[in-house]
Amino acid sequence: MKCCVGIDLGSTATKAVVLDEEGCILGRGVTNSRSNYDVACMVARAEALLDTRFNLFQAAVSHQPDLRAHAQALCSEAQRHFRLEQYLAQLRELAATALVEAESSRSEQSFVTPLHEIFDALREEAPALHAPGERPRSDFFRDVAGSRFMALAAEAAVRHDVPHELLLGFFDKAILAVEGRVSSAGLQERLERALRATLEEFDLAEGERQVLRSAVRTAIETPLIEACSVGTGYGRARLPFPKERIRSEILCHGLGAHARFPETRTVLDIGGQDTKAIQVDEQGIVTSFQMNDRCAAGCGRYLGYIADEMNLGLHELGPLALRAKKPVRISSTCTVFAGAELRDRLASGQRREDILGGLHRAIVLRAMSLLARSGGVREQFTFTGGVAKNEAAVRALRQLVEENYGERTLNTSPDSIYMGALGAALFALRESTGDREALSTALGAGATS
Amino acid sequence: MKASVVKEPSMVRQKELIEGYFHRLARAKEDGRAVVYTFVPGNLTELLLAFDALPVLPEINALQSGMRKLSGEYIAEAERAGHSEDVCSYVKCDIGMMLKGNVGPTGEKLPEPDLLLLSCTGCFTFIKWFELLRQRYRCPVAMLHVPYQESGVVTPAMVAYVAKQLETEVVPKLERVTKKRLDVARLQELLARSRTAEDDLVAVFESARRRPSPIDAYFSGVYYIGPLFTAFRGTQEAVDFYRLLRAEVEARAALGQGPVTPEGALEDERFRLVVEGPPNWTHFREFWKMFYDERAVVVASTYTKVGGLYDRGFRHDPSRPLETLAEYCLGCYTNLSLPARVELISDYVRDYQADGFLINSVKSCDSFSAGQLVMLREIEERTSRAGAFIETDLVDPRYFSASNVKTRLESYFQMLAQERRVPETVPAS
Repeated sequence: MKCCVGIDLGSTATKAVVLDEEGCILGRGVTNSRSNYDVACMVARAEALLDTRFNLFQAAVSHQPDLRAHAQALCSEAQRHFRLEQYLAQLRELAATALVEAESSRSEQSFVTPLHEIFDALREEAPALHAPGERPRSDFFRDVAGSRFMALAAEAAVRHDVPHELLLGFFDKAILAVEGRVSSAGLQERLERALRATLEEFDLAEGERQVLRSAVRTAIETPLIEACSVGTGYGRARLPFPKERIRSEILCHGLGAHARFPETRTVLDIGGQDTKAIQVDEQGIVTSFQMNDRCAAGCGRYLGYIADEMNLGLHELGPLALRAKKPVRISSTCTVFAGAELRDRLASGQRREDILGGLHRAIVLRAMSLLARSGGVREQFTFTGGVAKNEAAVRALRQLVEENYGERTLNTSPDSIYMGALGAALFALRESTGDREALSTALGAGATS
Repeated sequence: MKASVVKEPSMVRQKELIEGYFHRLARAKEDGRAVVYTFVPGNLTELLLAFDALPVLPEINALQSGMRKLSGEYIAEAERAGHSEDVCSYVKCDIGMMLKGNVGPTGEKLPEPDLLLLSCTGCFTFIKWFELLRQRYRCPVAMLHVPYQESGVVTPAMVAYVAKQLETEVVPKLERVTKKRLDVARLQELLARSRTAEDDLVAVFESARRRPSPIDAYFSGVYYIGPLFTAFRGTQEAVDFYRLLRAEVEARAALGQGPVTPEGALEDERFRLVVEGPPNWTHFREFWKMFYDERAVVVASTYTKVGGLYDRGFRHDPSRPLETLAEYCLGCYTNLSLPARVELISDYVRDYQADGFLINSVKSCDSFSAGQLVMLREIEERTSRAGAFIETDLVDPRYFSASNVKTRLESYFQMLAQERRVPETVPAS
């Protein structure tokens, strides 16, 4: 089948969205933007294409009246199995790279045994990390494996009397090398294994199994032909597309938000390093925008630093901030001073929840200034970007918008981080069909699945 | 090897003029010529030349330092001397340059001032700047207070007020430092030559009404205004330069050619823009490239009017020497109120058939950056054209983020392109 791909190379994460010819989302992919944008782009695309296959599987299952009820559960189980398979494959590669490094080390101390122990432990605990209902602290392998490696290395360092930092050094070197490679080897097998493992788990009649096997075949064997790709985001210049296939992220977020919520007139996108306030017309066309200047204060990266300082996952910040009883008044959202600000507050005895509550409000206050500069908040208002996944930020935004502009419909979506990539994919669809008609129809029909 | 930069003959000639001027300045003391430091907006070049005095324009020195990548170092020097990060970067660059020996672009030392002629036309920092210079050079100051055009008009009382100060404050001080009497006939000759050059400059700027525009009224425009806005107004050199420039532009217009960029002639103009605010000088070439790579041409700009709004009809009038100088000072772009600036830019958008307009807001300029967002909304309202807003600085390299500016500009150009393709009605879903 023909498809269009949109890729959004952000400063923190690279996102990809695959659309079918009707403008419906087939798959989504996300990876961390590493120093190598080309790799990040390829990985995000590969992830989105894989996700497409899972969704094809789900769609094939949904078409069977007997299985429809199980479709969602079957697909999420399959994805869980696949994530575990992927995690183990990446661990194997990481271990091999780190061990080669350790074996060739000229240091008098041997790191080989401690590293073996750490990686064995990582492998053993992997199924528990991916157990049903478990939510990883991050979407990225680097973060998930990294935080566990750090903890296990601390214990191994004591046991073997080697410096902890040197052990961490092996992880840092190996992760860079592993992330810099695109390993698609064995992907197909892992996908098949995951789908088959899922079949084993469900108590199904033979007839149903037959149907499922054929759904697996459909998912795996359907050819995906990329009719057109469009790229956006900070790394856009590095994308392997011609210039006319590159769109500004402002236009992409505007169009993506419009596709998801057609009544959108104002969009706020808080990404890793920039915040954009965008006004769009009834067709999703940008009419005005403002973005932060040189300084990344109050952007997603700021929350990242705060999470690191508190030794929390990014996902954990919002829920903690929601528990604030008396949010602290914070005026500085300087990313560089984030750590100092936080330590100072903690030292003066303020509660973590209250500090976080104040920080979220401070971030949104900065965004409010950009919104005002771009022309205000009109009905409806859509919040996109990674920070839109944070419930505390959404709550602060809702409050401040109401205080300043009165009641507004505030749209957020689980796809908020994909809005830029969705917009890019819609531009790709437009390019591939050569006219606006397909796009208009797609938008009118609800471009999202 | 670096590709050679394409330059118009007038640009080469201009470089010679400016270099010649710095040589002249270096010899000023031995030639017995008085040196007067003054600013571009409201400069009284004809009056100074009538006394054989030579003007030095600190903000021109600063922008030259910016283009020669020296401003970062100079600003750091001024900050070491106690000036805060928020102070106008022209001021700090100028102070830093002085602290480091006051060497001009030709490698020659600039002469110290015999007089500071403070023509106050709208920029509040000018007063502080000259206080600093007076502290350093301990020379006399002539202060010319130019009333702000609060209601958007120049009244006869305002003209009389400024002309009176010229007569009672500026001229006597010039007579004292140059030890010469004012030769009115000579001043009139100079003013008559100004008028001729001004006519030609206006013809150059108005050529941008054509499609395609044969000039870029901002990036090339800053070169075009060079001689007339600095030390050459009233000279034969300026008359000759503008004749050459006008002929060059008219020849390009006759052939239907676009503007000349550092990478050659720009063919196939895609966007026509009006720009408010000065360019960024530290990354001038990079900034310009962001426009011509998108085939965007600036058809009118306000920055090229800071030294005089000739295109709105003003010309120096030799028959009323002091009054005409007073009118000139009162009419500079820097002396206009916000509503007058909004009106001017809106007129430019309409008269030059621009697709949109851009505001380059200067981070370290409190006098002119204030109110620019209000201007943006108002102009959008009046012209139904979308405006873009970017933030850079004059000469502080720390305040230029290429990727940020590029993202905004690219988004804006794509937004304009998208607007054009849109059908009038919303397609039925």
